[in-house]
Parts: sequence; C-alpha cells; structure tokens
Amino acid sequence: MLTFTIRRLLLAIPTLLFISLVIFLLVDFAPGSPMSQIPLTVPPEVRMKIIEAMGANEPIFVRYLLWLKQFFWVEPLVMIDGIFGTAYAEGMQRIVSWQSRSPVMDIIWERLPQTMTVVGSAYVIGVLIALPIGIYSAYRQYSWFDQFGTLFAMIGFSVPTFFTGVVLILVFSVNLGWFPSIYDTTLKVTDWESFLKQIKQMAMPVAVLALYNAAQISRYMRSSLLDNLGQDYVRTARAKGMPERTVVLKHVLRNSLIPVVTVIALGIPTIFGGAIITEQVFKVNGLGALLINAIHGSDLPMVQTLTFIFAVLIVMFNLIADVLYGMLDPRIRYD
Amino acid sequence: MKLKTALMGAVACMAMAPAAYAERGADGNVKVLYSQAVSIMNAYLSSGTKDVEVGSLVLEPLAGFDQDGNVIPRLVTEIPSVENGGISEDLTTITWKITPGLLWSDGTPVTAADAVFSYEYCTHPEGGCAQAARYEGIEKVEAVDDLTVKIIWTAPKPNPFTAFVGATSPILQKAQFAGCLGTAAPTCTEQNFKPVGTGPFMVTDFKVNDVVELAANPNYRDPAKPAFATMTVKGGGDAAGAARAVMETGEYDYAWNTQINPELQAQMEAGGKGKFVSAFGTLVERIEMNMTDPSSDLPEGERATAMHPHPFLSDIRVRKALSMAIDRNLLVEVGYGNAGRATCNLVPAPAIYASPNTDCIAQDMDGAKALLDEAGWLMGANGVREKDGKPLKVLYQTSVNAVRQDFQALIKGWWNELGVEVELKSIDGGVFFGGDPGSPDTFQKFYADVEMYANNFDGTDPEPYLAQYLCDKAPSPANGWQGENINRFCDPAYDALVAELATTRDMAKRGEIAIRLNEMLTKDSYVVVPLVDRGRLSAHSNTLGGVVLNTWDSELWNASDWFRIK
Amino acid sequence: MTDTSVIEKPRSQWADVWAQFKTHKGAVAGLTVFVLLILFVTVGPFIWTKDPTFINPDAVQMIKTRNKPPSWEFPLGTDQLGRDMLARMMKGGQVSIAVGLVAMAISILLGTLVGVMAGYFRRLDGPLMRLTDLFLALPLLPLLLVMVMLFRDPLARAMGPEGGTFLLIVFAIGVTSWMQAARVVRGEVLALKEREFVLAARSIGTPSRRMILRHILPNVVSPIMVAATLGIASAIITESALSFLGLGFPPDFPTWGRLLFDGVDYIQQYPERVMWPGIAISLTVLSVNYIGDGLRDALDPRIRGR
Repeated sequence: MLTFTIRRLLLAIPTLLFISLVIFLLVDFAPGSPMSQIPLTVPPEVRMKIIEAMGANEPIFVRYLLWLKQFFWVEPLVMIDGIFGTAYAEGMQRIVSWQSRSPVMDIIWERLPQTMTVVGSAYVIGVLIALPIGIYSAYRQYSWFDQFGTLFAMIGFSVPTFFTGVVLILVFSVNLGWFPSIYDTTLKVTDWESFLKQIKQMAMPVAVLALYNAAQISRYMRSSLLDNLGQDYVRTARAKGMPERTVVLKHVLRNSLIPVVTVIALGIPTIFGGAIITEQVFKVNGLGALLINAIHGSDLPMVQTLTFIFAVLIVMFNLIADVLYGMLDPRIRYD
Repeated sequence: MKLKTALMGAVACMAMAPAAYAERGADGNVKVLYSQAVSIMNAYLSSGTKDVEVGSLVLEPLAGFDQDGNVIPRLVTEIPSVENGGISEDLTTITWKITPGLLWSDGTPVTAADAVFSYEYCTHPEGGCAQAARYEGIEKVEAVDDLTVKIIWTAPKPNPFTAFVGATSPILQKAQFAGCLGTAAPTCTEQNFKPVGTGPFMVTDFKVNDVVELAANPNYRDPAKPAFATMTVKGGGDAAGAARAVMETGEYDYAWNTQINPELQAQMEAGGKGKFVSAFGTLVERIEMNMTDPSSDLPEGERATAMHPHPFLSDIRVRKALSMAIDRNLLVEVGYGNAGRATCNLVPAPAIYASPNTDCIAQDMDGAKALLDEAGWLMGANGVREKDGKPLKVLYQTSVNAVRQDFQALIKGWWNELGVEVELKSIDGGVFFGGDPGSPDTFQKFYADVEMYANNFDGTDPEPYLAQYLCDKAPSPANGWQGENINRFCDPAYDALVAELATTRDMAKRGEIAIRLNEMLTKDSYVVVPLVDRGRLSAHSNTLGGVVLNTWDSELWNASDWFRIK
Repeated sequence: MTDTSVIEKPRSQWADVWAQFKTHKGAVAGLTVFVLLILFVTVGPFIWTKDPTFINPDAVQMIKTRNKPPSWEFPLGTDQLGRDMLARMMKGGQVSIAVGLVAMAISILLGTLVGVMAGYFRRLDGPLMRLTDLFLALPLLPLLLVMVMLFRDPLARAMGPEGGTFLLIVFAIGVTSWMQAARVVRGEVLALKEREFVLAARSIGTPSRRMILRHILPNVVSPIMVAATLGIASAIITESALSFLGLGFPPDFPTWGRLLFDGVDYIQQYPERVMWPGIAISLTVLSVNYIGDGLRDALDPRIRGR
C-alpha cells in the first residue's frame, strides 16, 4: 500500500499539470471578458487600455507559463517570507486578481475562515446525521422511520437551496426574527456572547447545506447496508449468536462503507469550492461567492488559482479514498 | 413626481436642521448593503459603479453634482464660471481654487499638486485607468500655486466639468500614490484598498468583494459631520435580499439599487420598517434595431456589417410599426413601478437636452398593422405576415434578468398580434456585455434582429453619448467589434450635426442640437426604440435621516449629512 | 396465487421480478404517481388547451388576469404576466421530465461504463480515474459556456432550435455529472472483484464480457439506483440553472426548474406559484426513488425468494 501511495503521489504531478493546462485553456476560451463588469459609459479605447494594463492580451502560453511560475515559485516564497520574516519574494510579481488588483492568495486566505466554518461544519453535521439515519433506515427497512427518512431525504435533495434558503429567511428572520439573514464576516469570536452570535448567524446556512448533504449520503448508506444485510455472512454471524449490535455496526457496516467513503471523499474538496447559491443567499461571501464572481467577471488568474487548488484537493482525497478501500476490505489490492 | 420631489426637499431640510447642532460621531454605526460587493476603493481602477460610489466616501473630486445635476463645490471655494473669471472667455482654461486649510485624513494639507498628480495618474499610458474619458481633451494640468489648479484644454471646451468633477474623477493623495504610476498601479494593493482621502469617512478594514469598514474622518472639513462614527458597507446577494434586510428584517439602514418587482416593493413598504426612494437620471431601457443583416447564412466577416443592409428592418415602416405596437406604460407597471416611466427619448434628462416628444407612449396596434400592410407585409395563412414568400420573423435578444424576460414575453405577445413571428433569446450578462470578439453573443456583434438593454451617460452632458451613433463607430470585424454604434446607424446629416454640437458653445443652442439628434435617432427613424426611463431605486430604514438620492453623482454623495432619527 | 390447487407454470425470470415488484407497496404507488405525472404532461395539454405562453395583447385584459389565485378558469392561478399556470406546468413538465430522465440516463451509463471498466481492468484504472479527476476539477460554468458556444448553432441548424437545445442540455448535464457514479461503481467493483463467487466464475474461465454483465453489474445495481434517483433531481435543477444563465431553452419557454426559480421572487405574495413546481419536482423524484427501491428488491434473488 505504501508503494502504491508513493507511486500515485508521483503520478499526481503530471496529472495536475495537465489539469491546470486544460483549465487554463478552457477558462481562456470561454466567452466573456473582464470588461463585462465595467459600465457601458466607458468608451472602447479606454477598455482596450484596461485590458492591456491587465496583461490579458498577451499570448496564452506566455500567460500560462507566467501563472505556473507565480503559483509554484513566487507564492511559496511569499508564504515562506510570511512565516520566517525573510524577503525572498521581494519585488516578484504575485498572482493578481483582475477585478480587485490584489494578490489572489491573500483573498483566498481571507475567505477561508467563513467557508470552513459554514460549509465545513455543514458537511460534518450532514455526515453525522446521514450515517445513523442511513443505518437505521436500512436496518428497519420500510418502517415508519425509514419512510419518513426517505421522504425527508428526497425532498431535501430535490428542492434546491435557492428555495430552502429564502424560505428559512422568511420564516426565521422576517417573521420570527430569531436569526440574522446576513452573515457578518467581521464578527470575531472572543467571548460567550459573540460565540452565540456566531452560532446564530451560522444556523440557517448550515441547516440548508447540511440537509442537502445528509440527504445524499444517507441514501448511499442505506442502500449499501441493505445490500450487505442480506449476505450469507450476516446470517452466519447471527447464527453464531453474535449480538445484533456487533453484527450490524461492526461487520455489516464495515463492509458497506465503500460507496459512502467514495461519496464523502468526493464531497470534502467541494467544501473548499464553497456553496455558491447558499453563500449568495445568506451573503456569507466565502470561496463559492469568490469563484462565481470571478467566473462572471472572467477574472482568469482568480478562477485558475481557485480551480487548481480544488483539483489538487480532488486528486488527494480520491487517493485517500483508494487507500481507505484497502483498509476497509483488505482483499482490494492495487499492485 | 412633483410631490415626491417636494417631499425629498422636505427631507433634505430636515436633514440640515439637526445636523447643524449634532456632533461628529454621535450616532454610532450605520450599515449599508450593496448587492454587488466592493472590490476596490480607487475609482480609477474600478470595475463598476459600486466601487466608484463606495470609494466616494473616502476620495472626493474638486466638485460634484447635486440631485438636480448642478455642479456643487466640494474641495473648492466656488464653482468657476466665465462670470467669476474661473473659466477663460475663449473656454480653453478653467481654474479651480482649493479651500484653504483643507486636510487629508492623515492630517497633511491638500494641495494643487495632488490634483495635478491625479491627472497624471489617470492619463499614464500604461496605467489602464478606467476613467480616462474624464480627462479627454486636456493639454495640460498645472499647479499655479499651492491652492490653484489650472486646466488648459486643447480646444474650447463648452462643458469643462469633466475633469475633477463627480465621483469618477476624484483627487488622490500624491504622497500616498506616488509609487503607483503606470504599470505599478495595480500592485499598490494597500493604497487601493485604504486610500487617504478628504471624504467624511476613512477605511479601517477592507475585505475584497465582501465588506468595507469605515470610520469618521477626524480631519473632515465640517467639524460637526459625519454624524456616524462608523460605517459598514457589506456586499453580496441580490436586490431582493438587500431590500429585505432593510425593509423587513431591519438589519441594515440602507440598501443600494434594490430593483425588485413593483408588487414586492409595495408589500415591503407596507411593513413600515423603511421606505424606497427613487430618482431619475439618464438610464434608458431601449430596443435597438439592427440595420445590418445578421443572417447566419452570410460568411463570418460580412455578417452583421454595413455590407448587407437588413432585409426588412432597413424599412422605416417596419421599425415604426414594431415601436407602435408596444404599450410602454404597461411595461413600466409590470417591471418597474415607481422606479420607471415610459419614454420616447434616448436622452431623457437633463431638461435642456430632453425632447418633449411623447408620440410613442400610446399603443396603436391598428396603426401598426396598417403600416405593415402599406409596407407590403401581408398577413399569411398561419398568422405570420409575408412578403415575397418570406415570413416576417425577428430574433429578439437581451441579457438574463427577470424584468427583461418579462418585457421580452410581453413584447413578443404584441408583435405576434401584429403578425410578426418572434424568437426570444437571453444571454448571460457576462457574455452579452463582455465584448469578447470570439463570442457570437455579445451585444456589439448583434447577431440578432433586435436587442434590448439599458445605457446612460456619465455626468450631465450628452455629447459623447450622442456621438456614439456616428457612421464610423459601428462595430465591425475591422475594429474587433469594439464600436459603440450598435445599430450600425449611418446618416451623414447626423454626423454633420454631431460635429456642429462639438463646436457650439451656447448652452441653449447645444440643447436644441441635442434634442434634434435625439429625435433623428428615435422618432424620425425608429432606429433606437426607447422604452422605459429607469430610475434608481434604493431603500433606507425609517431611522436613517438625510438620504437624498442622486443619479448624477455617487449615490452616497451626501453620506456626511446622514444621521440617526431617534 | 389465489387458487392453490392449480400447479403454477414455471415462470420466466422477468415475470418473477414483476410479481415481486407488485408486492412492493411503495414501488406500486411510485409507479402509479409516475405514470400519472407522465399523463399529466403528455395527455394533459390535449385536454387543457390553453397556450402556456399566451399573454393577452390587450393591456386592460392582461392587467385583469395577472397574478390570479387558483379559480375554475385558472385552476392553478396565473403568473405575473397573466399566463395560465396549469398550462405552464404541463408544458414545463414535458421538458423537465424528459431532461431529467435522459440526462440521468446519459450520466449513469457513462458513469457505470467508466466505473466498471476502471474497477475491473487494472490497466484502465489509472487513465480512467485521472480522467474522472480532470472532469471533477473542471469549473462547470466556463465548460458549459464553451459547449454552448461551440455546439448551439450547429445543433440548432441540424435539429431545429428546440431539438438542438434539448440535445445540448441533456448532453451538457450528462457529461458533467457522471463522475460520482463512476467513482462509486469503481469502488464497489474493486471489492466485488475479489469476492469468492467472482473468483469462482473466473476460475472456470468465464470471459470478461460475461463476467461483467452476469456477475459484476447485477451486484452494483443498488448504488447505481441511488445515483439515478439523485441524478434526476439534480438534472431538473441544473436545467433551470442553465436556462437562468441563458444557456438553455428560450426565456419564455417554461420548465419546472424555471417556474420554481421565477416563483421564488413572488414567494411572499403568491406562495402557491412556487409550490406547484416544487411539489411536481419532489413527486417525480420520490416516485422514481420508490420505483428504484422496488426494482432493486425485485432484482435481488435473495429477497425475491423470501
């Protein structure tokens, strides 16, 4: 397994380089231009000047190589400088967003906290709800609990977040006045009171996202467990007089985790991608809002950097999933 | 509308009274919500109105515009005019006198050198300044002494209130931005996010595309203002969410550009937590007729160019009939409510430039049908008019926007009634307005028969706006599809009249010519079919006083006068 | 079943499956609802013949008929332009159900194919999974914009504007949503491949094709079913997002997703307008889910035998 991991990690480098090239070409090729945000009152000559100042009219391979250099050389140096107080990166051009003219990585760091707290905790909560619901639904298939869980999951998944978000705001912000409808990113948790405030403003976006995530994961959990509950080894285990708890939670669960692990591993990178619609509805302004704004404004350096980090996470977590398969089922071999 | 203006005046008066004995910073925090988040505070590098407006809280020009479009002093003692000698008789120079004793927020004095520097900053060839048009026609800007700025124009300038007037051409502090000229401009992140200014507020924290925290400027010229100690400008979400935060949950005091459907406006207003304010500027939603053939059968490079006139829209009777079939008042009622009014003019304001024409307001379906009959388009078997065996079919495109899609559906209904087959198309705004020459869907390429969008002009002088319709400004493959004459309208008489306007100095005469030009595009030719004069609609809570909406300058132009109603 | 004295005829496997399916109450209810929905959108417009895009050209009439609550004349009310909601729901359902089913089918087929190939053939695993990583990483919006820019006009010319748009949309949704199914199926196949019955089958020399079709595929049906039901819901919603971006059907063309999206603006004044499409989408997804449940049980010989 170790050699497999190392080999995959080495292979990941050319894969990621290739992915970065494809993303770059794609974003560049897509219609739209950074000019779409500038009012029509600005005349065309001035627009051309702005484009030139951004460097957006350079040949594409020049821009790609420049981005590679900035991402893999300049930005790490900047990070080292930040940690050790050195000045290796002084005078080097960092990756700069076309929209705000500020370093892309700084904006990402600025956005990371709210995305992690809202989208991240929504994911964790979603998984924590989904697993027990999925397990119990499968164990008591067609019980009222299962039927209700199915209804809940299917509605949760088929009603989009732009709808649930607005409904929650209308009920809990407008009518009841319990939670704020706008997320305050400047809030710093220092004491009990500000912590409560933070919980309050997280409540609705987290609820919307957790419902959506839980719906999906609980369905996979349930179906996979159902498959395994009918297997011969379960009957054997029961026949041997093993406690029901051990049978279900130890033997069956472990064997049914493979699809669930896959889905969760696919889901974790999307935390970094943020939740575009939910972030917009509650004005969380995390990474999702950042990405969608950048795409709408054709802010190529920003889109490229964000998607590339996203790609790195996808490759990593899929590798982790593959390693986990081997642990869950030692018969799986990759060599 | 009169009543509304009167009410606004009353509000403004009320604002003056308490502010006079108020104390700076006595009213705590004020929260403002922009549905588009602010990405930079420096108007010269901005990518949109929101940046310019929020930036205007900190960076100020020498003079601004009030809610009626009059020029008002900000950093100067008086507005230069020919009478007071500030503008030379031949209109080639203008001299501004900066108020003595004026300080930047860091305590250093404001000097004429700062203004000269701002000019150099924006006109630097490699700086990519977004507001370069404000400084067009300038030969030289010089500091006569520490407090006197003199602008010398290359030719007589009838309207000299472009440079250093209005939120789009503010004064930067030379000391802070000295290292940011040209290619260095975008790298000055700290300066662009936290500029030192003369405005009522200064930035304390800036989160890109998210939130700006401001505090009262301790060196603001009026010692009693601003009444608020701090201001928070949050960004993101959509118009409905922004309106809700002010009108229904009361979390915010002011929401910018809350363009929502009239029924929702009425319902939110009934909640009693806040009110909507609207004001009209020059923004007009219009249908543009394509004078060239956009057919996909033509080879790329000839398609939608002057080489091939449009098969039926080049006939004025067809254009006029299409315009006559539209009920503009209904469009206003469905889409904008109080924030819109029907118009037949491309230039709806200021008053001296606005044509009195109202011929198009009344819908005339029968007249339109008769006109099409006359033009030879006769009703075919399936309810679609035909001529020479060809059906009358138009492709009608616009950007994605709930109101525009409603307009499309309504207008399609009326045109269908006329016997015109209509295919609708909506395009993502980023693509439609992006101007990417590689995309077939930009509004400049105009690969459709008619298209709808809104446009306005900066400031109070429509000359550059009307000059967009010159023959040689048509987008074409030769100029990378970067023209402003979207319809490819071409009339030598029009070109000649625009040239005349450029040399006319008398204001009354300028007004006459502008009205004539406006009518040549609208009621004489129906090349541009104006629909709705769109006002600005914003919302403020009942506890926020002093709000006066202004469409000629930054919407936050008088934030220093805002106060808390207790 | 009722007459026990008659010896039952040997039945085919599919008759067995159907018999088991019939005993699954949820599945039968789901199938009924689904058939009703299909009838509603296909036969419905022939009975309720109002034009879903008709707006009264007379301004006075139009103002009178807009924003109507449900009544005998307009059973589901009218929208902000006075268009009949019932007719719009029927017309919209045609597209939404078709897009949901076809796009889901494309994505499941692609996902299963890639997943089985990658899981079963070790040599294909690397390249196919890296391809999956690539697709997962691509930003969706620019990808869709590029696809629309490249293929809209040629397709519209070849198939007519509506047919071309339909094909483009289902293809776009299918091609951008198969990755999860592929990863899940591959994970299952990797584990299945080492199970005793597969090893046994292999040891008697079963060819790969037969192995996959007879032994592997039937055992990965349940995750595929889950992916399929979830896929329908997301395809219907994605379609509305596409048309919202101006990438889908013409703007006056109703679809459930679009009606839902437009209805959110009016949710406070006319909540029913957002309820109808919401209920319709949920019902579709729920019914497909129960049909899937029933099918899975019916296809599982261990359960069928009980």
